Amino acid sequence: MKFETAAGTNPIDRMKVVGRAHTRTDGPLKTTGLAPYAYEHQRDLENVAYGYVVGAAVAKGRVTMIDTTAAKAAPGVLAVVTAADAGKLGKGKFNTVKLMGGPEVDHYHQALAVVVANTFEQARAAAGLVRIDYARGNGRFDLDAALKTAPLTGAEKDDKGEDRVGKFESAFASAPVKLDAEYTTPDHSHAMMEPFASIATWNGDALTVWTSNQMIDWGRTDLAITLNMPKEKITFLSPYVGGGFGGKLFLRSDAVMAALGARAAGRPVKVAMSRPFMANNATHRPATRQRIRIGATQDGTITAIAHESGSGDQPDGGPEAAVLQTNLLYAGANRLTSMRLAVLDLPEGNAMRAPGEAPGLMALEVAMDEMAEKLRMDPIAFRVKNDTQVDPKDPKRKFSQRQLVRCLTEGAQQFGWSRRNATPGQVRDGRWLVGMGVASAFRNHMNMPSGARVRLGRDGVVTVETDMTDIGTGSYTIIAQTAAEMMGVPLETVVVKLGDSSYPVSAGSGGQFGAANATAGVYAACVKLRDAVAQRLGYNSADAVFDGGKVTSGNRSATLRQAASAGELVAEDKVEFGDLDKTWQLSTFGAHFVEVGVNAYTGAIRLRRMLAVCAAGRIINPTTARSQVIGAMTMGVGSALMEELAVDKRFGFFVNHDLASYEVPVHADIPHQDVIFLDEADDKANPMKAKGVGELGLCGVGGAVANAVYNATGVRIRDYPLTLDKYLDRLPAVA
Amino acid sequence: MPTTTELELSRRGLLAGSAATAAIVAAPVGAAPATPRQATAAPTLPVRFKVNGERRELSLDPRTTLLDALREHLHLTGTKKGCDHGQCGACTVMVDGVRINSCLSLAVMHEGDEITTIEGLGTPDKLHPMQAAFVKYDGYQCGYCTPGQICSAVAVLDEIKRGVPSHAQDDLNAKPTATNVELRERMSGNICRCGAYSNIAEAMAEVAGAKA
Repeated sequence: MKFETAAGTNPIDRMKVVGRAHTRTDGPLKTTGLAPYAYEHQRDLENVAYGYVVGAAVAKGRVTMIDTTAAKAAPGVLAVVTAADAGKLGKGKFNTVKLMGGPEVDHYHQALAVVVANTFEQARAAAGLVRIDYARGNGRFDLDAALKTAPLTGAEKDDKGEDRVGKFESAFASAPVKLDAEYTTPDHSHAMMEPFASIATWNGDALTVWTSNQMIDWGRTDLAITLNMPKEKITFLSPYVGGGFGGKLFLRSDAVMAALGARAAGRPVKVAMSRPFMANNATHRPATRQRIRIGATQDGTITAIAHESGSGDQPDGGPEAAVLQTNLLYAGANRLTSMRLAVLDLPEGNAMRAPGEAPGLMALEVAMDEMAEKLRMDPIAFRVKNDTQVDPKDPKRKFSQRQLVRCLTEGAQQFGWSRRNATPGQVRDGRWLVGMGVASAFRNHMNMPSGARVRLGRDGVVTVETDMTDIGTGSYTIIAQTAAEMMGVPLETVVVKLGDSSYPVSAGSGGQFGAANATAGVYAACVKLRDAVAQRLGYNSADAVFDGGKVTSGNRSATLRQAASAGELVAEDKVEFGDLDKTWQLSTFGAHFVEVGVNAYTGAIRLRRMLAVCAAGRIINPTTARSQVIGAMTMGVGSALMEELAVDKRFGFFVNHDLASYEVPVHADIPHQDVIFLDEADDKANPMKAKGVGELGLCGVGGAVANAVYNATGVRIRDYPLTLDKYLDRLPAVA
Repeated sequence: MPTTTELELSRRGLLAGSAATAAIVAAPVGAAPATPRQATAAPTLPVRFKVNGERRELSLDPRTTLLDALREHLHLTGTKKGCDHGQCGACTVMVDGVRINSCLSLAVMHEGDEITTIEGLGTPDKLHPMQAAFVKYDGYQCGYCTPGQICSAVAVLDEIKRGVPSHAQDDLNAKPTATNVELRERMSGNICRCGAYSNIAEAMAEVAGAKA
């Protein structure tokens, strides 16, 4: 199915199953511990051995010697694989850096060897006996130093890497009210709860891998490239994924090491990355250095806006695109955005939940707060005044739907924004200084082709097969809802099978594109299955109605079970897209409201209340969508208050590489959270009329927290996270 | 006298050196034996305990944690390994009714103990009230921390019932109650990166018969 024109009325609009709150269909398995994750499939296999990965102890340089003699002689050891005996390895197209190092070392904790033994304890002990000598090279680890000479990204293009509208410099110079401020965000770690893990088993030249990956086809393709083997020979399975947040978008070393170890040992091998290995071995969200300039007239009309950002990555890596939302979020006749990319030898930077917008809005939304204060305007009124219904660079291009103003104003009402004191540091509740903050949320919706196969069994059960993954997002549930709505059956009559490379290739889970595109793919397959059912029954498919487990056409009617009585019906299709996303700007919007208390004596920050209002098209399941948003809000609190990978600039690695020292929010940090979804259906997006929401919930949260802290204390902090060392001495005197 | 700068430098050098070898000693200078040792079978120790009411008898490498005994030897994989360092709580089980991080405990230390894992609380057809409340309030997303959260939640309500104090109480001598702040304080050893905390608080409050 090619989606080329705006969706008309379709069976999803009935909203009998779709759009309704449903508990997760995988809930009973997950809450009883019976859902099998990557490392837990050994019941399907016999004789599984254990692999343990040895990582580089230097960040840059060359291995001069690896001695595996002692490791190979250790009890229970079956094999030790290094680059010297792994055979020629390729580099996956989604990997910036190769997943097995040696003799060159590209970053700290790059995998250099895997030790395979009969037991985990034996493999771990033997891994400690692998002796490696290095010639340490000179690495580049200091972002600020490297940015001084870093080029603009896209400098070779016609626009020389600067996205411009009008004449920013002169407009800014002549603006009566202006802000010029710099903000920093640190490196972040995904820190998903399930470590990277894989089990690999060879059958001749065919490889089966159970792993934990968000994108089945990307992972399978890159594993084939890495191992120099045909993709068709690999079965890639990820039925349950214990969190990803972008960290599991790509093939990682656990799968490669498991495959190499299994080949060397002649047995199935399972490999899990140890927690302290994850932050440096895998990817992270790169730190940013951002400069924002906003100029406005006295009435609060933005006349000039510039957002420049710098970040670093390994050679051939990419920038953290922190400026992109600034091209679309607010009006303004004169505009400039650009990014600099420094080459660093830190571990590979890559996508983490809401890449670009997450750190970009942490800066932009504080800048908007600062600007509103200079203008003596309410920060909501300032944002509303500068709303735009068109792409500021190409005013003919409208947003398909844009209800940012409603998100802000209805949220304000709900949150009691009118009780906020615009003068900071004025509200006291016992020992707490209390403040409120707001931020806009913005994230684009992306179209991705997505396929599915749907079966109608003789028992009337509808089975959906797609390689889509459920990383906690609710895919199992919303795909079942989609098929149930399309086929007119109860949710309980639908079976959903995911995360298997033998199923049609789906959008996968990432970029908040998963839910809308994967369900649109299921919609397309169901349209074909409905045709097949009608044809089998001899009905005119155009006027057949699927409802209550029956198909009705005119005065004829049959149950789905009757339709399939002569044999299972199978249909497969995928959704593909025309250029509606070029004609229209497809984006999602929201507003975040935060109330904090700052301890007047100790400076400790505590969240008191949080509200998100989201406008993101049709919400397929309000329960799972709400969980996506509150989870993202929680991650936003982490980025505002505590999350920071600390860089050792001499030795070139992230120092706090475990869950004790890389702090993420815990129960005590998070109060009750409220979420409101505006009632929307975006017919330009897809036949589901749905868009993404999982990253929108994170976009802007950090800024809202920082703005609330400012409102509480009068202390403006532009360097995330907001830790005590940055503001304790600036707090108001304790009366 | 060394200057402050030199002191600072050497301390950082030491930190970097130890961090580099914290996870696994990749280059154990001077630690590798001159001649490889003879590979010998790992010695094992017997241990007997009850898991979810069932007698279990294992002969284990003494380095085996209770967590790995459950997951790798008994194939009770509901108990999760999130960090293996006592930092995340995903491996929470109850031993003689008290919650522990099973990754921080060697299996052979549990001779004669009664261990309850997530599999012992309920089944998909017959959920424990806490499991049912987690489903109802969507107190999980990816599901990986969930068994640990649920074991912890069950144990926390029992701790409150037994009057075990916490620092969230205003009065340490008063009997604790299942307030939102009390529950959140006691649950803070169980990390949920998906961020289901607000929903978990509601699930626990319902089971405790309190307001979230």
